[in-house]
Formats: sequence, C-alpha cells, structure tokens
Amino acid sequence: MEDLYREVILDHYKNPRGHGVIEDADATAEGVNPLCGDEVSIYVAFDEDGETIDEIKFSGRGCAISQAATSMLTEMVKGRTAAEVGELSKDELLEEVGIPNMSPIRIKCALLGLGVLKVALHRAKGTPLPQEWAGLDEEFQVR
Amino acid sequence: MAVGADLKLDARALRADFPILAQEINGKPLAYLDSAVTAQKPRQVLDAMTQFYETSYGNVHRGVYALAERATEAFEGARERIARFVNAPSSRELIFTRNATEGLNLVAYAWGLTNLGPGDLVVVTELEHHSNFVPWQYIAKRTGAGFRMIPLTESGELDIDALDGFVADGRVKVVATNLVSNALGTINPVERLSAWAHEHDAIMVVDGAQAAPHLAIDVQALGCDFFAFSAHKLCGPSGVGALWGRRELLEAMEPFNLGGHMIRKVQFEETTWGDLPHKFEAGTSPIAEAVGFGAAVDYISAAGLEAIQRHEHELLSYALERLADVPGIVLYGPAPERRAGIVSFNIEGIHPHDVAQVLDWEGVAIRAGHHCCQPLMQRLGVAATNRASFYLYTLPEEIDRLADGLLRVRKVFG
Repeated sequence: MEDLYREVILDHYKNPRGHGVIEDADATAEGVNPLCGDEVSIYVAFDEDGETIDEIKFSGRGCAISQAATSMLTEMVKGRTAAEVGELSKDELLEEVGIPNMSPIRIKCALLGLGVLKVALHRAKGTPLPQEWAGLDEEFQVR
Repeated sequence: MAVGADLKLDARALRADFPILAQEINGKPLAYLDSAVTAQKPRQVLDAMTQFYETSYGNVHRGVYALAERATEAFEGARERIARFVNAPSSRELIFTRNATEGLNLVAYAWGLTNLGPGDLVVVTELEHHSNFVPWQYIAKRTGAGFRMIPLTESGELDIDALDGFVADGRVKVVATNLVSNALGTINPVERLSAWAHEHDAIMVVDGAQAAPHLAIDVQALGCDFFAFSAHKLCGPSGVGALWGRRELLEAMEPFNLGGHMIRKVQFEETTWGDLPHKFEAGTSPIAEAVGFGAAVDYISAAGLEAIQRHEHELLSYALERLADVPGIVLYGPAPERRAGIVSFNIEGIHPHDVAQVLDWEGVAIRAGHHCCQPLMQRLGVAATNRASFYLYTLPEEIDRLADGLLRVRKVFG
C-alpha cells in the first residue's frame, strides 16, 4: 500500500519538475479529472525542427498521484518528438510511475497529465488521437 | 471517552443489526464515516425485502389474485408509514420516486415548465447539492426565468438578508434549498424561508435528502410546498425515494413521466391523468424497494429521531474537538448547534484524495471530493474537501481512529 506514496512520488509531488508556464507555447491544453477536481495545464515548445520537444512545463493542482505523474511525464518526454509522444502508451507512463495494483480511480489521476499532453500535441499537429485515447479529450474536459 | 454513558441511543447495540460493519478493511476494523453519501442497511430492512420477495411479490394495482393484493397492500402500507414519518397531511401526497434527485426534477419540470417565464426568478442557494441546483438552473434557462443564489456567510450559513434584494430583479416564483447541507452539515432555516417565499407568492422546494435520516421531519411545520428525500440515506435500499407535495399544487401540475399506471383513460385523441399519487408514478415502481423504505422508516423511528440527533451531535462535538488537534487542519461549516453530524475539512498542502487514500489503509472510510457541490467549493476557494459523516451506528472510537489516521497522513506527506 505504501508503494502508492513511495519516496519518488512524494519527491515529484513536493518538488515538481517543469512546473510553470511557457508563454507563446507551440502546443498547449488544459484538462480536469471531474471525479476529484485535479487540474493540469501543459505547455510545449518545439525545437527548430518543429517536432522535438525542447521545453515542457505544466501547472495545476490536485492529488499527489496526478501531479507527481505529470512531473515525471515532463522528464520522460523532453527531447522526444511529438510523433513519438503521440504514440506513447498508457503502460509506459504507468510503468514509470511504478505503482502496482493502482485502483481504476487512481489510474485516471495518473493519466491526466499524459492525456492533456496528447491532446495538446495532436491538436498542434492536426492529427487525430490514437484509438487507445479516443474520447479522452471529453473525459478530461480538455480545452 | 468524551461521548459516554448518558446516551439514550445505544449505538454499540444497534451495530449488531448492520452485518456489513462487522468486517475488516486492509486488516483493520471498518470505520464507516461516509453515511452522508449513503447509509448502511440493518438486517431488518434486508429481511423485510427478502421476505416480501419470498412471500408477497407481485406487481401493484394490477392483478386481482392474492399475490397482487398482498404486494399492493405492502407497497401502500409503506407509503402510509413514510407519509406519517414526514407528517404529511395525506399519503396521497407522497409520491414514490427513484431518489431525491428525481423528486426535485419532477418539481422543476412539471411545475417549472408551466409556471416559469421571462420576468420570473428562481432562487436557490450557494449551499445546494447539484440535485437542487442544476434542474432549476436548466429550467430557468429554458423558460427565460432568472436564476439567483442566496450567498453564504463566512461560517457557511445562508445570508437570508440577501433575499429582499432579489425582489427588484423579478417576480420570485421558486425558493429552493436543502434543509441540511450535505457538504457542510449546515441546518438551514427552512421555516423562515417558507414564510418569505409565501409572502412573495413563491413556492418553497426543500431537498430533504440529508435531513430526513437525522432530524424529525414535519413538512407542515416547515411550511414548505415540496419535500424530496431518498431511502438509501436513511438505512433503506437505493433506487427509491419520495416526494411530498402540497395536494393542490400536485393536482394542478402536468405529469412528469408518462405511460402505464399514471392514466385515467387513454384514447386515440387524448389521454387523461390518474389521481394522486398515481399520476406521478408511471410504469412499475420500485416495489420491494418501497417496502424496504417502509422498513427503514420503522427502524430509525424505533431508534428515535431525537435520540439519533443527540447521538450525532455528541459525535460532532467530539470530532471537532479531536480534529482541532491535527496540525494544518482547516475546518469548514457552522457551529455545532446549527449543524448535523458532518465534518468537512482540509489538511493544508494535502489533497483530499490522498488523505482519503491513506485513511483507507487504516480501514477508515471518508468522502473526498466536491460532494456534488461545485458552486460551494468555488465559494470556499477549494477544489475539494474531506468529509466525515456520522449516523446512529457511529462510535466515538471511530472518530479517534479518524484523528489518528490524519496524523498518519501528515507523517506520509511529512
């Protein structure tokens, strides 16, 4: 049980990486988890190639899982291309977050940041959301 | 123990009636502190429903055979007891619904669509559950009526003085409030609001979902026109509730759901409606659930609503005292004298979901979220709160476990 709030999660929660806002971001979106009111906004700036994530920041408030997972996400995706991140699977992030047997409710908390990022990137690129994430923008009320 | 021997209600003995409470969660005895969301069920209610299914089940008001008669008798008997439970002048004014929400929707649609229009005002409160907020907001928008909210004072009580200010904005036609707030526990001055509403020729609609389980209800003394409540919060089954309404209003209203059972005569050209309460009970009702609802009303009446209220008040005072010692705690809601057994709080810097998660490890079940009160959360400036709520089976040591659990929360997030 204690795994849920193990050291690394609490560290990311208390000292979130990439916390902040990018003015004039190339891709941005915000979403909420209506169940518990977690909020995440994500801002992405691309490299000169217009594909590689040069900088990523997020702001928001919510439970430790949602905020720590988003913080970890920013570290995972920096330097990867929009196309790569667009294909990034739920499992890959959940593995990184590293909590076994998370309840479905908490899994949603963990996936909020990734969902918002995906919508931001696909919108910026004008590509549709992959099958695994269809309907996600509505679920997280992404704007 | 601060709550002790002089209680008239013997919570420890009553607990033997609730099989679900005798279990362990995560290796700890279950401390169920979320009765405001739904109450647990005593054996008496479960037995009444099983026995009904095993001996008397049939559809009501239809067949002429013995089972149909027995079922009708049990169903209508429950209606009569539930009507008495809220001191309704007549059981014909007591309509079975799915829950309090459906009762409130019934009034908003069946009364509101006909009686509201441009220039009219619907007044709700910032303290409303979405069930008595969203239907009115929607029907007001659809009919062109205005929509206003009675604001809250700092202590989480209605600022009644604001009412007179609304009169300049339009004809107030509806005042809608809860009797007890599910989020803060505030007991609202419904008698005063009813008097004000009637002075202005408005109807008074009361969401009684959180009140009926905990306070003795007298709809005539409250002076309201409609009173909606749910069985599941007062130890009854889910899937059934009741709406009491003043007869002349119900009779003048259009129907809400249409179909079987609610008609007098159906012809190609036209259909006429049945008498009360059938006019508002289209289709097959939740029959066994209504029987269970009746058994639940019997059960909590036998325990005594005053004894329940006193018990919860003692628990509330004890909880406020214990929780005040938790570092970083922020408590919401009015003084215990004007509050039901609900404690809403936050721990600084720790999200309610994380608080509730760690408490679950300790076997302590509380609610974390917006409690279907987003306007109130907005008013409090928070996304969510933690909420512990009590009922007749709650023990003081469960509050000790809550307080100790919160210290563990602090430790985890240290």
